[in-house]
Amino acid sequence: MTADVTVASGTELTSGRLQPTSPVVPVPHRVVARRHETGDVTTLWLAPLTGEPMAFRCGQFNMLTAFGVGEAAISVSSTQRESGALQHTVRDVGAVTHALCHAQIGDIVGVRGPFGTDWGTADDGAIESGDVVVVAGGIGLAPLRGAADEVVHRGGSGRGRVFVIVGAREPGQIIFGEDLEAWADAGARVMVTVDVSQPGWKGHVGLVTARLSEADFDPVGASALVCGPEIMMRLTARALVDRGVDASRIRVTLERNMQCGVAWCGHCQLGPFLLCRDGPIVPYGGVVSHLLNERER
Amino acid sequence: MPIGHVTVMDTEGLDALIRVLADLGYETKGPVVRNGAIVPGPVAGVADLPAGYHDEQAPGHYRLEHGDDDALFAWAVGPGSWKAEVFPPTQDLWRAKADGDEMTFTQPEPPAAPLAIIGARPCELAALAVLDRVLMDGAVPDPRYVARREGAFMVSAECGNPAATCFCTSMGTGPGAEDGYDLALSELDEAGGHRFVVRVGTERGAEVLARVPTVAATDADLDGRSQMLSSAAGAMGRRLETDGLPALLLRNLEHPQWARVADRCLACGNCTLVCPTCFCSDVRDTSDLTGEVLRQRTWASCFDRDHSYLHGGSVRASTSSRYRQWLTHKLATWWDQFDSSGCVGCGRCIAWCPVGIDLTEEAAAIRATDGAVRVAVTPGRRLA
Amino acid sequence: MKKTSVAELVSTHPLLAGLPGDAVDQVAGCAFNVAFGPGDLLLAEGEPADTLFLLRRGRVAVEINSPGRGPIVIETVGPGATVGWSWLFPPYRWHFDARALDTVGAIAVDGACLRAKADADHALAHMLLERVAAVLLDRLQATRVRVLDLYGVDRDR
Repeated sequence: MTADVTVASGTELTSGRLQPTSPVVPVPHRVVARRHETGDVTTLWLAPLTGEPMAFRCGQFNMLTAFGVGEAAISVSSTQRESGALQHTVRDVGAVTHALCHAQIGDIVGVRGPFGTDWGTADDGAIESGDVVVVAGGIGLAPLRGAADEVVHRGGSGRGRVFVIVGAREPGQIIFGEDLEAWADAGARVMVTVDVSQPGWKGHVGLVTARLSEADFDPVGASALVCGPEIMMRLTARALVDRGVDASRIRVTLERNMQCGVAWCGHCQLGPFLLCRDGPIVPYGGVVSHLLNERER
Repeated sequence: MPIGHVTVMDTEGLDALIRVLADLGYETKGPVVRNGAIVPGPVAGVADLPAGYHDEQAPGHYRLEHGDDDALFAWAVGPGSWKAEVFPPTQDLWRAKADGDEMTFTQPEPPAAPLAIIGARPCELAALAVLDRVLMDGAVPDPRYVARREGAFMVSAECGNPAATCFCTSMGTGPGAEDGYDLALSELDEAGGHRFVVRVGTERGAEVLARVPTVAATDADLDGRSQMLSSAAGAMGRRLETDGLPALLLRNLEHPQWARVADRCLACGNCTLVCPTCFCSDVRDTSDLTGEVLRQRTWASCFDRDHSYLHGGSVRASTSSRYRQWLTHKLATWWDQFDSSGCVGCGRCIAWCPVGIDLTEEAAAIRATDGAVRVAVTPGRRLA
Repeated sequence: MKKTSVAELVSTHPLLAGLPGDAVDQVAGCAFNVAFGPGDLLLAEGEPADTLFLLRRGRVAVEINSPGRGPIVIETVGPGATVGWSWLFPPYRWHFDARALDTVGAIAVDGACLRAKADADHALAHMLLERVAAVLLDRLQATRVRVLDLYGVDRDR
């Protein structure tokens, strides 16, 4: 008894969504668009060969397979308002991500997911009223793109203001510039800074925590979503706590080696967490603030 | 025959039981002697079982001796565990082939015959229950594990001869079998003859036992079992103090004991290989010249240097951090992840460590000097 | 004799050289002589910050830890330098690690003790903060120049 999944383009499936036959078999998707963002960062748009793209919650990730090379965990960077192919922004740091960054339109990429916890920005999510501060460092804006868009376009009265603070190494490394402008147009306070300037840059130069200190959000009842290099998340979370934000309302994203996405392989352990199941997005309070300071954990 | 029913059979009855299982289509495995150790192997009858063998175990030490007696289960545990039967060391997950616009995935056939295990120790039943929480009871069950596990017929052999490395009583996993078996055997080999007290654990077990000659259990038989178990419990070679153990380990992450054990630990991973609950695996893709891609899952160890590879290096680069990860996972964070301990007290990691590291000693050393060193920072030698 | 020798060491350290005698005594009253072996951590990120270290012998690396990359050295300092500033301001937590690169001899000054004395004696507070500010300014200016990445590959500047 073998299980065959044969997928041909043009085949209709009654359910509308292609279901994997097994948690380990990737769903083949086609690269329908690609955009080189900057340096080693590329965005791919992936559409299933048949059926509708999968539903996801902002912050979740997929395991993307570059067939013959391997699989990597990549956050979904689509927004909920976008229909069509799923957006994934990939940084070239190894064999699999190198292959993904060089995937051309028409290539087939395997997708398993979505996995993991989300930012809590959906209407039924945990983010309540109060100001929302989104802090993204470098490519950290990619896992936050959907969540930032969600809070900027939240309906309902009594919602607080939205601050989107973005830090990048230098002006040429800022990604999703159009989204930043659109969110500013929609009423969010968007603040960008770079570590190092380049000729022609008229914007802020300095650490992202410096811009954070200029943001006049009300720490009481505020929620924060932080994503970037771990050192940047540690500094930012600490700065937010010092400012009076409740540590349990600060969300950070923890990262470890991931190989299965379904809590079988044990690689993504960090202390009490299996990050593919209990993370990668976790509240900063309690054990997490200690974990971020424990060496070689 | 109801669940919980107790009866008695002799070695011929056990032999008949094994043949009944074969007739029912089971692939039957049990303990066999190979290369100087008792390891899992195919069992066609009682003759394949390790009659007269006894093991002597100590840190970094395992020896099999053959005596004059004919007891089949007068030994503790060997290096292999039944984990390998339900969670193979190498598994093909799928093969994929692209052909123009089509992608075909093929998954391997499951094993043709269901598994029957003769002589699984109570600690091994407990270990399988621990693995169940990881691979079966989570949000995403492993379908191949579930199928293999649910189809498996378990005949347990309770313990009468714990090794010096055993500490199942500390972990509440033995020497008696409480559940997780279809049939449980307790071997008695004294006045009254060589026989087995048999307890029925499931309806499936009852059905199989009904086809095998048994006699009613007498008070003497039941007393014999009780005595065997209490004597085994009293003869435990080691003890792990589990009171408050998870919190103890997690508040001593910078204890100097981690550096001390790292001076001895080779990071060879033997402990993870013989451990019946370690479940870490690597997932790797390979392809061949025809363009077919194969994804495989293979046993991995947290002692592998690259196990925690991230951002161009390993998070746990030092041996001490890897030993700390293994021990704190097994005895502490396993509770957070799966709501049980990861350790069943089988003692294999102690016997099969080439340098004889004993986790019960390591835990005791930390307990004895709980909080001795201020977290992370060396106070410095105070002068004048 | 113990206090005198510590006071002597305090008065000759570049940070506090030139302090009047009673100020030296006040600082010395919070201080003790300490040694670290190679690889020892003087202070650790996230831990309570309670000590000012005046280095006398040996070199110390100020580091920050990143999983997978390990400890990243931000700066190394040697004899005459000072290590540990976060005891000055709430929330009194270290922001980095500091690790001895070889055998380090230092004066360790208890931060809470020194803060209390400075609160009680504003002249002392002024003298200390003047000296601390000078060192911090020097470090900040050096760090700013390092951020320029002057030796880096020439981009379109």
